Amino acid sequence: MKSNRFYLIMLGLVILSYLATAFIDNQYPFYAGFAILQLMVMALAWNILGGYAGYVNFGSAAFFGLGAYGAIVSYQLFAAPLIIQILVGGCVCALLGLATGYLTLRLRGVYFAIATLALLVVAETLIHNWDYVGGAAGAYILPSRTLEFLGVLIVGKEGGLFSNNKELLFFLLCNLALLTIIICRIIENSKYGRGLAALRDNEEAAESMGVPTLKLKLIATVISASIMGINGGFFPYFMTFIEPTSAFSLDISVNALAMSLIGGTATWLGPVLGAIILGTLQQIATVTISSEINLLIVGLFLVGFVIFAPDGFLGLIKKLGKRGD
Amino acid sequence: MLEIRNLTKMFGGFTALSDINISVEPGERLGLIGPNGSGKTTLINCISGSIQDYEGEVDFNGQGLNGLAAHKRTRVGISRSFQIPKPFTSMTIKENLLIPLEYAAQGGDLSRASIYEEADKLINTLGLNEKADQLTSGLTQIEMRKLELARAMAAKPKLLISDEAMAGLSSSEVDDILKILIALNEATKVTIIMIEHIMRAVMSFSERVVCLDAGKVIANATPNEVIKIPAVEKAYLGE
Repeated sequence: MKSNRFYLIMLGLVILSYLATAFIDNQYPFYAGFAILQLMVMALAWNILGGYAGYVNFGSAAFFGLGAYGAIVSYQLFAAPLIIQILVGGCVCALLGLATGYLTLRLRGVYFAIATLALLVVAETLIHNWDYVGGAAGAYILPSRTLEFLGVLIVGKEGGLFSNNKELLFFLLCNLALLTIIICRIIENSKYGRGLAALRDNEEAAESMGVPTLKLKLIATVISASIMGINGGFFPYFMTFIEPTSAFSLDISVNALAMSLIGGTATWLGPVLGAIILGTLQQIATVTISSEINLLIVGLFLVGFVIFAPDGFLGLIKKLGKRGD
Repeated sequence: MLEIRNLTKMFGGFTALSDINISVEPGERLGLIGPNGSGKTTLINCISGSIQDYEGEVDFNGQGLNGLAAHKRTRVGISRSFQIPKPFTSMTIKENLLIPLEYAAQGGDLSRASIYEEADKLINTLGLNEKADQLTSGLTQIEMRKLELARAMAAKPKLLISDEAMAGLSSSEVDDILKILIALNEATKVTIIMIEHIMRAVMSFSERVVCLDAGKVIANATPNEVIKIPAVEKAYLGE
């Protein structure tokens, strides 16, 4: 019953996001919404490995950036349409997640975090020196003003399902965010999720209780990395231009981690709330003060939450609720 | 049931176990004793698979275990408790038991209904009913030890290894744990290897006692015979 209601709400949100694109003419909400959804998907994906399994990943930006460049490569190679670009980004990162996981998941704690940070540096350096995708100068994607799929006009000023690409991307990213929420919820309530929780609490005990810890961690890395890659796959099409410094920015890793920790890592709701609260604040700051202040906001929140509410926003609410009883 | 042949484990230049040969019969209650640092925990780490890079053979029910990961060894029927309890702290007592029931018991193939039924049964057997839905942080020392044993038993083992389950407990609590272990052995015919320093417990529990000293087996006999062996006395009390 509870599950049916959840899926109905998800469906309602899909419809609502489409209606928003149909009825709102101002483009700013889609731009800001896209940025917040991007943060939300990153935070949710980070939480699969960082929150459920307890492996702190500082290399989220590597998966995001490689997803973005996977899309660029597919565009350069055969002018792949948007959906293929996104899927290529996801597949590249799934494979990379598997390989990185296999090499690094035997490390624990701070060593794992350092290894993922190193992955980010290696990935950025590689792309910086790869001329085919533009190297340090970056690369362009020039989306067409109209998009047709199976005879249906998807994007078009007159008679299209969406009047421009930004609205289409907003709608698609909304769907990705909702799909990621569903995936996270399924993980939380499954045998697999309980196995991850066990290994997060004590890996040695989990292994000796029959939990195949390495396999579970690898699956978590692959799911997390491919979602980040798909998310990155949207990036070039949305920005129309990318270069390695922005695609592999450490800000992306820090935001993903901070929003999960600030929201609370125990359930999918934590990263969602963290991204909505911080993402909105960042957007307000960008418009009213400067975009440079974004990371400062995240930093201050992170320090505050780590000291006063280590279980995040959700943990804080739970604690206050208990005190109220 | 369990055959350990020529088992040697080195940590760098230090020999933790040297050429160990032990066999354990089905349903047996074996006490494993030895002074601190004699290699008891290293030995059970080699049996349970926490340590993989040892020399020699460990066979279980005719199956070679070398190279088999710890979780797979649990699935074939070897389960252990930890000397320092390692509960899953984000879970309730009952949820702690669900992990081995879901992942290890009968190769991880138990139905959902029987998993919950088994968890309730174990909680009942170990007298943890009142705290079943509480987090582990509220447990007393003896309850923590009971949870360790319950969790190890939830994997439905053929061989249970209990690593100092009675350390730090009062005399009556020791009796309590002893009673539980003996009852488990008699009811389920599970083979038990018990590592313990409390000699009273070892003597009353074990059908046979193996004594380790400096990584070597110095005695392997009935409890009454073992305490008469001069090497055992020397290992514990010095010359």
